[in-house]
Amino acid sequence: MTDTREIQDEIIDEFSILGDDKESTIYYIMEIGNKLPPFPENERTDENIIKGCQSKVWLTTKFENNRVIYLADSNTDITKGLISLLIRVLSHRTPKEILDTELYFIDRIGMSGIIGSQRSNGLASMIKQMKLFALAYQQSQLNV
Amino acid sequence: MGLNINDIRNQFPVLHQEVNGKPLVYLDNAATTHKPQSVIDALSNYYQKDNSNIHRGAHTLAARATDYFEKTRLMIQQFTNAREPEEIIFTKGTTESINLVASTFGRKYVQSGDEIIISALEHHSNIVPWQMLCEEKGAVLKIIPINDKGELLLEEYDKLLSPRTKLVSVVHVSNALGTVNPVNYIIKKAHEVGAKVLLDGAQSSSHLTIDVQQLDCDFFAFSAHKIYGPTGLGVLYGKREVLEAMPPYMGGGEMIKEVTFEKTTYNDIPFKFEAGTPNIADVIAFQKALEFVNGLGKANMVAHENEILRYADEKLRTINGYLPVGEAKEKVSILSFLIQGMHPFDVGMMLDAGGIAVRTGHHCTQPLMNRFQIEGTVRASFSVYNTEEEVDILYQSLHKIAKLKNK
Repeated sequence: MTDTREIQDEIIDEFSILGDDKESTIYYIMEIGNKLPPFPENERTDENIIKGCQSKVWLTTKFENNRVIYLADSNTDITKGLISLLIRVLSHRTPKEILDTELYFIDRIGMSGIIGSQRSNGLASMIKQMKLFALAYQQSQLNV
Repeated sequence: MGLNINDIRNQFPVLHQEVNGKPLVYLDNAATTHKPQSVIDALSNYYQKDNSNIHRGAHTLAARATDYFEKTRLMIQQFTNAREPEEIIFTKGTTESINLVASTFGRKYVQSGDEIIISALEHHSNIVPWQMLCEEKGAVLKIIPINDKGELLLEEYDKLLSPRTKLVSVVHVSNALGTVNPVNYIIKKAHEVGAKVLLDGAQSSSHLTIDVQQLDCDFFAFSAHKIYGPTGLGVLYGKREVLEAMPPYMGGGEMIKEVTFEKTTYNDIPFKFEAGTPNIADVIAFQKALEFVNGLGKANMVAHENEILRYADEKLRTINGYLPVGEAKEKVSILSFLIQGMHPFDVGMMLDAGGIAVRTGHHCTQPLMNRFQIEGTVRASFSVYNTEEEVDILYQSLHKIAKLKNK
């Protein structure tokens, strides 16, 4: 499997075609968001909500063969798009890989503004939560 | 008299910039208005030439700063048509003005079993202080309901009033929907049962002519930053006899007459409610904002804003998937809406990508959003410097956005 830097660089390349045009970038992210795999309805619970001021994110995980699989959804298309990019980078990886990943692609595709404004978006909390899941799986392995 | 909007726009440096490669279209005026150059200059002039702590200074700069500071109070007295300048108290915003009344008037006069009436249209800042007070005192908070257009149901209001009603605190103009409330009626009926009335004028102060004597309200709260003035400055108007009977708000300097360790006597109004060094620079700079408004004439400004609102309302309604929220007969300067099948946040982000600034979300009116069973809206709010061309840009962007989900 390619490492997380390669995937991030791939995403940056894809977005570079759009240039500096924020409008095209936003539309593209929303388009990606619409392709996010359906979220299991039984996991759409209050416990799985990461709440921002405006957008809600549902996040859950599975742990198989030492790899964390993320499943997520949001009520806003832009957040869904960003989630799907995060999943593309972090899902199906070992806890160590996830914890070691520095997420630089968000800045480079011009989306740090969205991620940065914590109050208006649950996404910053989502990244934190994704890493916390990885940390918890890592800890549980150490405790076995 | 028609206003020359281009000349007006030239007084606002912030408007002349590109956002995301597009000319800025600023339609978030209900959150805060921009500041004319005169206000910006006044702030820096004060610090360059006059900076000094006010009142009791034995030197020239202090006397000058004090004069300028108190001149603003006089101008606000005129702006609101209060009887006396002493009825004007400086706070840090509408929120603090309301909290001041809750902490002083509320603490003294509201007892267990008493009732406070607010409306379903309130901003959180006119809900939470009363909830806190009611919890502390065992008082009851009652809510005037609204119809589907976002108008208060006055016959329900009549039923809520009782001899136990101590205060009615309502918004003059809704920040989320733009509804202008029939406050004359509300005030008259409240006074008939002996209740005092506070008007939240955060929105109305910039879009309606305010005459507190004609309104006969007991309190009127507003913020400078929504009327082209600096942030961090608010006003509480209160009738003299009501303010004099109220206990002080914060303790400290300025608000005292004499302090001994045994007993402190309090200063007269307005100083009784202005403990500590006030926001001198912003108070002084606010004069320039008031001069700006007086120079254009409130009536002319309102006429222009209403024209823009009507134009935008008609135009946006032609968009497939456009769903207006709040269609009161009497409204000013605010269009709240949804685009069918889209989250307001997505709409706001896409508009921003096109250089258009709107606000999305619950607008600090969650109970109101719950009433409409929605999470929030997109809100475009207009000011004197907005143009029909800007509405056209909004229309074109929204039209394109709405098409994504409304083919």
